[in-house]
Amino acid sequence: MLEITEGSHAVAKAVKMSRPQVIAAYPITPQTHIVETLADMVADCELDAEYITVESEFSALSACLGASAAGSRTYSATTSQGLALMFEVCFNVSGMRLPIIMTIANRALGAPLSIWNDQQDSISLRDCGWLQFYAEDNQEATDLHYIAYKVAENPDVLLPAFVCFDGFILSHTYEPVDMLSQGDVDRYLPPYKPVQRLDAADPISFGMYATPEYYLEFRYEHDQAMKRAKNAIHKAGKEFGEMFGRDYSALVEGYRLEDADTAIIAMGSICGTVKDAVDEMRTAGKKVGLLKIRCFRPFPAEEIRDALSQVKRIAVLDKNISVGAKGAVAIEVKDALYGKTIPVLGYILGLGGRDVRISDVKKIVSLAEDGKGDQFYGLRTEVL
Amino acid sequence: MAEASCELFDCGHRACGGCGAALVSRLILKATGKDTIIVSATGCMEVFTTPYPETAWKVPWIHSLFENNSAVASGICASLKKQGRTEKVVAIGGDGSTFDIGMLCLSGAFERGHDFTYICYDNEAYMNTGIQRSGATPYDASTTTSPAGKCSKGNSRPKKDLPQILAAHGAPYVATASIAYPSDVVKKIEKAINTPGPCYVQIHAPCCTGWGFEGEKTLAIGKLAIETGLWVNFEMEDGVVTRVKKVVRKPVETYLKEQKRFRHLFKPKVNAEEIAKIQAIADKNAVKYGTDLKLKSKPDPVIP
Repeated sequence: MLEITEGSHAVAKAVKMSRPQVIAAYPITPQTHIVETLADMVADCELDAEYITVESEFSALSACLGASAAGSRTYSATTSQGLALMFEVCFNVSGMRLPIIMTIANRALGAPLSIWNDQQDSISLRDCGWLQFYAEDNQEATDLHYIAYKVAENPDVLLPAFVCFDGFILSHTYEPVDMLSQGDVDRYLPPYKPVQRLDAADPISFGMYATPEYYLEFRYEHDQAMKRAKNAIHKAGKEFGEMFGRDYSALVEGYRLEDADTAIIAMGSICGTVKDAVDEMRTAGKKVGLLKIRCFRPFPAEEIRDALSQVKRIAVLDKNISVGAKGAVAIEVKDALYGKTIPVLGYILGLGGRDVRISDVKKIVSLAEDGKGDQFYGLRTEVL
Repeated sequence: MAEASCELFDCGHRACGGCGAALVSRLILKATGKDTIIVSATGCMEVFTTPYPETAWKVPWIHSLFENNSAVASGICASLKKQGRTEKVVAIGGDGSTFDIGMLCLSGAFERGHDFTYICYDNEAYMNTGIQRSGATPYDASTTTSPAGKCSKGNSRPKKDLPQILAAHGAPYVATASIAYPSDVVKKIEKAINTPGPCYVQIHAPCCTGWGFEGEKTLAIGKLAIETGLWVNFEMEDGVVTRVKKVVRKPVETYLKEQKRFRHLFKPKVNAEEIAKIQAIADKNAVKYGTDLKLKSKPDPVIP
């Protein structure tokens, strides 16, 4: 049913219908509306979950870790500084192969303090072994939660997942979202059956230490699971499409890429702006298209190679920067295209909530056509 | 491979001979029985019991990080509650984990009132990393980060009073114990796990390696700590001290001189001034908890 709803409320409803048994979360802007809505649902007995009001994000994810290890479907949400505080726990959760789902309302990291959007937070945790999904709009943000649970809990995968959506730009924006019914969700997402759990009837030890004789193999198996996740995402996304008409089987999604000279690569809400810019440029006769990355981990290197082998240049829009290097997406796209001669031009933009408009995307395409890339876009030189 | 024993805490672990913490592990499981989930913090006990793929724990056991065992335990409690399960949840940490780095998680979990027991095995320093001082290290103890030296008398601060801090959280049951009195340890843990709400038991666990004494003296050293008043065994129920182990006190030197961590107070010459300060700590404990056993004496003559 189509509802005009705030992004955070839509996400909270999707979480509720995923029937989490334990939720632990700590308030941080711009994620708060999600956990407040979930708290309301629990208070009104609409959601039968244990809701732990922890004293920090570090404890939020630690509590989720315990809850998940004891066999419950588990959820949290955070952003920015909160995610940074969870850094240590993030590696622990994935290393223990616990399928926790966490929404990230993407926000910049301080200093300087900024509550506004970019994707530095989740990108900075790209190596922590979680799946990472990025939503273009609130429909996708909502649907990706069901898919994330389905993939994460798949016994071939057993990995936690971030569902990332841009803070404020999506989290606080009202737009129409087609909400599934509880019956629909139940048909798609069966109750969680843990492969292993803390259980007095069948005692096992979780989180032991590994000597050099074993550690490397643990990491290998973790990486193998991440690779297997590609197939699991494909399957889960396809099944979702067959049941509800919105197909998420692909890790990347092309927009007007046929015969394109210039391909723009982007993640998150900026893709909507890019699509409008592409339409306008196409009308003006420019052969431009978009490749949206919906899943950053596992990284869709082959998919990018397959989609973009014919383009003349690629402009990558990064709402993050690996300071001293480049934007993370540009780095990985270059790696994916190693050996090919297509120029990959990176643009750091939109950091700390700086608006990115259709006109900016057009200017970036012009820069790319001139071979000018690997730069910050939109710098206010007068304040430097 | 060690033969399987009938203990829930199995033999074959890798603790030092004479390890106080290993005895704590064994006593905990004697008290809790098999329907218990153990949440360990990083530290000696975690490391000597679970080198993958071996484990000394015959109950479900989890270790996550150094500082989050209380938060992990919170999540387990919630998870069990939601599933209608009845296993007891026991978090265990050393003093570094409990007094210092895990304090935030511990405070949060106690304030929220989860139904779990937190057991601190207190060996009064970071032993797993090589005997560095913690908030539980006693006054004047020499550690690798509070070494005695030409201008240092060892650790410059007294021990943090964590039982009182947790009692102030409204914990229904807070107790201290010592491995020198094993049946008392077991009794207190039984009481803690059967008291609804967050309960805390702090167990003095002498460390032969870190404190500098021979492994066969672990229990004797623990006993001396009590007999000198430098460790007090007590129980607090709803914030009120309800039971204290009374002793006929010995001078603190009898405890200090047995351990290399206090050697600098005796060699090259006796530092009477510092020993007097430590005696004052013991005297203060005795007054605060009323530990001194009053010997029977003749009644005062009645003046007509």
